[in-house]
Amino acid sequence: MLKSYHLHKTIWRVFWSVTIGLFAFAMIVPFLWMLSASMKHESDVMKLPIDWIPNYLYFNNYLNVWHIGREAATNYHFGLAYFNSLKIAGINLFGAVFTSTLAGYAFAKIPFRGRDKVFLLYLATMMVPSQVTLIPRFVIFNQLHLMGTHWPLILPMLVTITGTFLLRQYFMQVPNSLREAAIIDGASEFKTWSSIMVPIATPSMGALAMLDFLWNWNNYLDALVFLSNWRLYTIPVALTNFIEESLTEYGLLMAAASSALIPIFLVFLFGQRFFVKGIVAGAVKG
Amino acid sequence: MRAFHLSRQGKTDLTGYVFILPNLVGMALFVLLPLLFSLFISFTDWDFTRGIGNWSFVGISNYVEMWHDEWFLASLKNTCIFAFTVVPVTIALALVIAVIIDKYCVAKLPMKLAMFLPYISNVTAVAIIWIMMYSPWGPFTQFVQLFVKNPPQWLGDPHWALFSIIVMSIWTNIGYAILIYTSAISGLSKELYEAAEVDGAGAISTFFHITIPELAPTTFFLVITTMVNSFQIFAPVQIMTRGGPGTSTHVLVYYIYTAAFTFYRMGYAAAISWVLFLILFVITMFQWHGQKRWSSYI
Repeated sequence: MLKSYHLHKTIWRVFWSVTIGLFAFAMIVPFLWMLSASMKHESDVMKLPIDWIPNYLYFNNYLNVWHIGREAATNYHFGLAYFNSLKIAGINLFGAVFTSTLAGYAFAKIPFRGRDKVFLLYLATMMVPSQVTLIPRFVIFNQLHLMGTHWPLILPMLVTITGTFLLRQYFMQVPNSLREAAIIDGASEFKTWSSIMVPIATPSMGALAMLDFLWNWNNYLDALVFLSNWRLYTIPVALTNFIEESLTEYGLLMAAASSALIPIFLVFLFGQRFFVKGIVAGAVKG
Repeated sequence: MRAFHLSRQGKTDLTGYVFILPNLVGMALFVLLPLLFSLFISFTDWDFTRGIGNWSFVGISNYVEMWHDEWFLASLKNTCIFAFTVVPVTIALALVIAVIIDKYCVAKLPMKLAMFLPYISNVTAVAIIWIMMYSPWGPFTQFVQLFVKNPPQWLGDPHWALFSIIVMSIWTNIGYAILIYTSAISGLSKELYEAAEVDGAGAISTFFHITIPELAPTTFFLVITTMVNSFQIFAPVQIMTRGGPGTSTHVLVYYIYTAAFTFYRMGYAAAISWVLFLILFVITMFQWHGQKRWSSYI
């Protein structure tokens, strides 16, 4: 009786592990195909049945995408786009984590007057979709003569309401006595924040950093509206631009897509413990 | 020398506002001010090329016009179909998979990570991959061809284009929902399940009577976030179909984008963006109240 129960259980384990395993594999098939196509001659990409593992490796697509060993034929500079994307995401990440940690701490721990009202206003604006503010932002940056720079993608992103909320929730769990003890010892509020609170909050700050990086890395609509020339392009717009210029060169397109994805995947897989925690922490029940 | 003297509370107030100052400035400049400005121009006929100030009030005519505009109606319909398909399918599928992974599977982590990759992928790269997946010689079409003789021209067929984008979006989002669910499941109390097992409840009955109710708060969270995101679908449409063929994949944000930056009808575009805002607001409120009721019910 007990034995058959265990047998039964083992069968189910094997069955479901295989089923879900196949499903997970099916989900990464598009990426495998991308890699495979990126290393094929143009003429072989469309060959049927699909050659999943080409019997040669052809790296010219990558060399072309990165303009290695040749002149740039089009206004398409993948390296520059990579740099731009990293630059913008990096600046915004540090800015957003800094402002969120500062404000999150104040909202959770400093009993200033009007705090709850301001915080309520914050929560209300969390629902505003960015498309509503898109046109006014376009007008503002146009008036400030900041079109043709990266500032329209940076300035609004230095502050994040979701991030402030995330850090505020975190600081709410920190006992008040910690702050009070520091204040009684004569530490200023800023000193308390920087030398006691920030070190405790690093997991939450890391979580926000991960989320913020993803938001900026994938910011397509803003980039499309605000970036008008190829020198400024971030990866998403550079890629779409590339689709328009070489739609028929599938191997090249796949090499470009791989170049955009693989480094991020590697960072993710190496830092997955940190990453996963961050994504899950982002899912605070609000 | 007591010219500048602050009470204790005054000092606390000052410190508090200094701490939130960067946030306040950012929010005022890039959220509140734009919000008001966008509401204002939604009542005008402003064409961007005419320059700032060259607008005249047209009352609510932008808000009236859209209900006679077949492009708007199509994009509203398509956005709703998209969101109300992607959200339930993604979440239901993710819940089942998360439970199975938690209960039965070996190599839990690699499976979850593999399924999560699409979510962290660059939207444009994903669109490129799926344009190719849907091409006649792409793996998706080839796979379907195993069962159907003449598979449709996915993105080129008005009956299948929206469906194709839906499939791609489910693929993109499901890993996130699975990740959130599995971490929520690992936080559930084991005693409930042990009690159910003692009572002789089967796996199916446990799933419906314990897992689903216990995970209700997580489900609500996921429904809100994925619903809000789905209503803002833009990049795949802009890259893969440009709203076509015909109006078959025309969606709200794509319309806002083209109305504003192709036709320079800023007033009209702003009005549509406010309708989008209103929809998201209603959804969030509805779900917020629902969540309260559900939580007390459990």
